[in-house]
Amino acid sequence: MTRTTTRPLLELAAITKTYQVKQGLFAKAKPLNALGGVSLCLHKKDVLGLVGESGCGKSTLAKILLGLEAPTAGKVLVDGKEIDPRERRHLARRLQPIFQDPYSSLNPRKSIEDIIALPLVVHDIGDSASRSQAVARMLDLVGLPARVRRGYPNQLSGGQRQRVAIARALIMKPEIVVCDEPTSALDVSVQAQILNLLGDLREELGLTYFFISHNLAVVEHLATRVAVMYLGQIVEEAAAAALFANPRHPYTKALLESVLTPDPCLSVPDTHLGASYPNPISPPSGCRFHPRCAQVRDICKTTPPPRIGNEGGHVDCHLYSGAAAH
Amino acid sequence: MGTVSPAAEEIRAPSPAALLRRRIFGHYGLVFGITVLFIIILIALFAPLLAGHDPYSQDLLARMKPPFWMNGSDPDHILGTDHLGRDYLARLLYGARISLAIGFIAALISGLIGTAMGVAAGYFGGRVDLVVTFLINVRLAMPVVLVALAVVAILGGSLHVVVTVLGLLLWDRFAVVMRSSVLQVRDLEYVNAAKAIGCSTRRIILSEIMPNIVNNLIVVATLEMAHAILLEAALSFLGLGVQPPTPSWGLMISEGKQMMLFEPWLIAIPGIALFILVLAINLLGDGLRDVTAPENRG
Repeated sequence: MTRTTTRPLLELAAITKTYQVKQGLFAKAKPLNALGGVSLCLHKKDVLGLVGESGCGKSTLAKILLGLEAPTAGKVLVDGKEIDPRERRHLARRLQPIFQDPYSSLNPRKSIEDIIALPLVVHDIGDSASRSQAVARMLDLVGLPARVRRGYPNQLSGGQRQRVAIARALIMKPEIVVCDEPTSALDVSVQAQILNLLGDLREELGLTYFFISHNLAVVEHLATRVAVMYLGQIVEEAAAAALFANPRHPYTKALLESVLTPDPCLSVPDTHLGASYPNPISPPSGCRFHPRCAQVRDICKTTPPPRIGNEGGHVDCHLYSGAAAH
Repeated sequence: MGTVSPAAEEIRAPSPAALLRRRIFGHYGLVFGITVLFIIILIALFAPLLAGHDPYSQDLLARMKPPFWMNGSDPDHILGTDHLGRDYLARLLYGARISLAIGFIAALISGLIGTAMGVAAGYFGGRVDLVVTFLINVRLAMPVVLVALAVVAILGGSLHVVVTVLGLLLWDRFAVVMRSSVLQVRDLEYVNAAKAIGCSTRRIILSEIMPNIVNNLIVVATLEMAHAILLEAALSFLGLGVQPPTPSWGLMISEGKQMMLFEPWLIAIPGIALFILVLAINLLGDGLRDVTAPENRG
């Protein structure tokens, strides 16, 4: 556990995102709290895995991080400096995304070389010869043969496309890469290749990853720290090894139990979560997780849980606060 | 680096351009449309060389000569002469120029207006979208022929007025199609990737979005071109379009209509020409739609 006291490379400070949702033609718009005060720190060379169910706000957080959406409240700080949403171009040099679906993340009308070189063109780096060399270097780095550069995305497989997306993200040598479920659209065999590639590139280039996934096995493989998100809030954050060895929040436990094993003798795991994900327009009172929690108490229904910190992490749960412990 | 197994498989799939070429030549309607339209364009360009007569020069001694397949035809006038003794073939060939020019220019003007409005509405959404949608609805509520008639009646009929009026009236379909095309594309992840790279809005629209929806634009443009050509003929027929003695196919039909019962070829010849031109353009548009539609799924 190396919890340095140095300034974090990337810091999210109490990010809140509220959408106004209209249900019906004449209904008044209701607020939907997609993110309710998310604070996260990311230190250099860390890999922060963000896990949670579909719809819990993971991708919204990624969009805010990338500057594609503005938070309703809160700040994104890089090296302690606040990011101005209008200065996207500055942020782009330090922070680049890898998206989920390599079939829609590459413009089908552009050649692979044009796609990979686009960041250099937009930021006016180098001339066409040096850009071409940079593209060749990136193709080599991500393990693609040089001949694909004249090809088009429809000529490549899903894994190859994701390699192209990685090459595009890394050509400007960013420090932080935001991976929004980079393997979930790929075949299992290709997933492993891409994850290994991401791991190797991190070692080689000293990258810092903000890694979003709903696949716990993927996160365990790559992450150094893990944050668990439920309904727009971080319910537990800890070093990856500690979290997987000793999950504390009931939701984290349920997530870990829900991982499917390849053993055909075992049935589908029962997580006790039930089927219903709560409506984010009217979230449950008290602890947002209480309707689905296996260890629910009376206090959970009325009072939002306190944040209980321990060394290098925290958990938001009444189970660990002194008052409710007995 | 510790190379993971390089994803080294041969590139077998053809490039988008090669795929497109293959599909174009496999589509007979499209090939026919392109060929006929190309021939008509050549005829329009080289009308002075092909006609052999001045389409304006009258010869009252040689009025109403029948075309070559009828008795009493004059070998000098293959398609006969009209009621003022003007060579019908020459007028037909020069008329192709008017029809094509009106089709091209009206489609161009309305294409610029409609594309700008539709792309802005689709990309920016919100208030811009509300305003554009309102303008489209206003435009759709106006009957094109009546408005064109009123404007031409006020300003007087001439080629320029007709082209301008049609160009300002036919942008609605461009706007509707471009708006929905942009809506389909703008949330795809390569647009988000371009934003995250730091591309300007102009670059995103011009180099990320437009190349992926330009096929829809071409299809609408061909259909609107045919539409404009037919409208010009209709306006000219009603006497409010291109003014005589300009050789226009609509005007030729109009001038022949008094003698329709005795000399039906007077309206049949320009009518057939109009039919072939519009058919060719429509086949071209339909074919382009068929050929380009599956591309974005590949």
